[in-house]
Amino acid sequence: MDPMPPIVLLGPQRLRPMLREAAEAIGGPARIAAITGGWEERELEDDELTQHFDGPVVNLRLHHRLETMLADDPELMRHLHRRQDRLQRRRDLYHIRLAHALDAARELLRLPGTHRDLEAAREDAIRTVHAIDDHHVERVQDLDRAFKEDFDVGARPALAYHRQELAEMLGACDAIAIAGGHVGRLLEQLRLFDLGAALGARPVIAWSAGAMALGRRVVLFHDAPPQGPGDAEVHDVGLARYDGFLPLPHARHRLRLDDPVRVGLFARRFAEVRCVAMDEGARLLVTEDGLQHATGCRWLQPDGTVVDTPATSGAPA
Amino acid sequence: MISATRQLRRDLETDPTIVDRLAAAKRIPLTDGTTTTFLYRGEADEVLLRHFIYGLPTTQRFERIGGTDVWSCVMELPERSRVEYKIQVTRNGQSQLIRDPLNPRLARDPYGANSVCHGPGYETPAWTIADEEARPGTLAPLTLERTVFGEPRHVTVYEPPRFRPTRRYPLLIVHDGEEFVEYANLKVVLDNLIYRLEIPPMIVALTQSPRRLDEYAASEQHARFIGDDLLPRLESEYPLLPDPSARGLMGASFGAVAAFSAACHEPEAFGRLLLLSGSFAFSDIGDDHGRSPAFDPVARFVNAFRDTPRRVTDRVFLACGTYESLIYENRSLLPLLQSAGMEVRYREARDGHNWMNWRDRLREGLAWLFPGPLWLVYE
Repeated sequence: MDPMPPIVLLGPQRLRPMLREAAEAIGGPARIAAITGGWEERELEDDELTQHFDGPVVNLRLHHRLETMLADDPELMRHLHRRQDRLQRRRDLYHIRLAHALDAARELLRLPGTHRDLEAAREDAIRTVHAIDDHHVERVQDLDRAFKEDFDVGARPALAYHRQELAEMLGACDAIAIAGGHVGRLLEQLRLFDLGAALGARPVIAWSAGAMALGRRVVLFHDAPPQGPGDAEVHDVGLARYDGFLPLPHARHRLRLDDPVRVGLFARRFAEVRCVAMDEGARLLVTEDGLQHATGCRWLQPDGTVVDTPATSGAPA
Repeated sequence: MISATRQLRRDLETDPTIVDRLAAAKRIPLTDGTTTTFLYRGEADEVLLRHFIYGLPTTQRFERIGGTDVWSCVMELPERSRVEYKIQVTRNGQSQLIRDPLNPRLARDPYGANSVCHGPGYETPAWTIADEEARPGTLAPLTLERTVFGEPRHVTVYEPPRFRPTRRYPLLIVHDGEEFVEYANLKVVLDNLIYRLEIPPMIVALTQSPRRLDEYAASEQHARFIGDDLLPRLESEYPLLPDPSARGLMGASFGAVAAFSAACHEPEAFGRLLLLSGSFAFSDIGDDHGRSPAFDPVARFVNAFRDTPRRVTDRVFLACGTYESLIYENRSLLPLLQSAGMEVRYREARDGHNWMNWRDRLREGLAWLFPGPLWLVYE
């Protein structure tokens, strides 16, 4: 079995780009395939991005391909819209259950004291949240399976054409760079064009939404939105290109990292992975042997603290 | 236990220069829980606090502390209050209304500036302060040469950062738009909220009226200007989303009346209304609405709407300060809007009839009326 090619996860790149260093960390690829579909209609405005790499950069134009394809194939468009509507309905139901469960967990975590009964109640409450998350993921996957059985998207001629062309383009590239943007749209593009295998066969540099889409689960988060309580939610399963981390881009803006209850709840709710605050300057290098290097990242801890990662390497125990 | 306020008075009796040190530390007015102490230093026959809190006597008297030249005035201000005020100093029979010389915090408005007191728990929202990370939008002039007014009108259009003619945008038309930019930081707020993904990139038309007390007082001519002159011109100049849910009107005070009456004139054309401290005068019986004659046409309009409430839009964000006299009118409007089938979010703030109050409501109002892609976009 071939070794897993390295993957570099980065924080936001606009203010402090690290793409050149990231490219060096994966061996300085000669030719890079760029996925900027999360930028949607700005997909092709990639001049700044290409300047960070020495070699040629080929934009796969996933957003443009999808838009063109749907315009030409109303049946496929209707199928995808139906699926999105069903997904949204399930998400709405998930939100209702989640809101109550998170309220309870937060209330218990805010109670003073650490006596055994209280700790047990807190654990139970977090387990309940966890179960609701798991249940939602199962429902999303059920829906995906049902839609796949019902409608073979791979048989659509336009899609087959794009998949073939993308496979050829990727075959000529040494690495893939995936930008941030709209994580839902990005995931949809990556799945529809069946890029999971290609992403597993090459070194990848991914940042913000790009990094989120490649994990095992995609978690949306914002602790202080203008509306609502700011309940983080499991949006979907990701492409599982890596495991063990939950990248949280723009954490300093989106999370109340000084609120131990929210931080602790987040870390305990997603305890199977390390919740990693990834702001500008953050970088994780992952190989088949696991995490090789972390810099500029902060880990959310179950006790509600946030720990800086040493700039050299490795993760805290 | 002696309160901090009483202790301060005792300290000032022996050392009036404490005031200067407190002023240098920008701690005046002093807050001790909900107790706020205003201070003035100087020789005077009388010193009065003139604030803009409706419901309290307009003036509160300062008392001289001992034999010093320090004067103090103590008020109870509930949490999260924000109060604008001036100080009236009488000396040798001459009275002068001045800004608080010991307090650098000011709020500007078209008439000048007032001193500002922040009660306990009030903080200037971070999203109202220019963020160097936020990409700036641009303000572009637009002239309508021929209008229903028989004269040209000049509009300023906010184009969001990374504006592209190939994309389609929501539209918000703002009454007294230049004042919103000047005194309520509207451009900074738009830049910040778009950057934070709390609202989508949007086109914002900033309108002005040279005769606002006439034109904004529910005038049909103004409504026709919005619907027949401005909207078609904006549609021809900018790529706008066609759905009413992507179109809104906004205004404060008489501007809110103008926004609401324009929406009534063209029901369902605008799916979003942001109404701040609207001057919605009305009378339950007879013609006496208790306000100046400028409100007469407003009261006729509001009375007509009260008689036959009807749905004119989908969502209304309605807000008013509890320290302004219009709170009664705005509270009265809420059930009418709801009974007509409109979705309404109503907010009260412990603030007065001023631009900072309206600025502070913008985030919640805009983000509710035009929600951005906050949860799904991670650039």
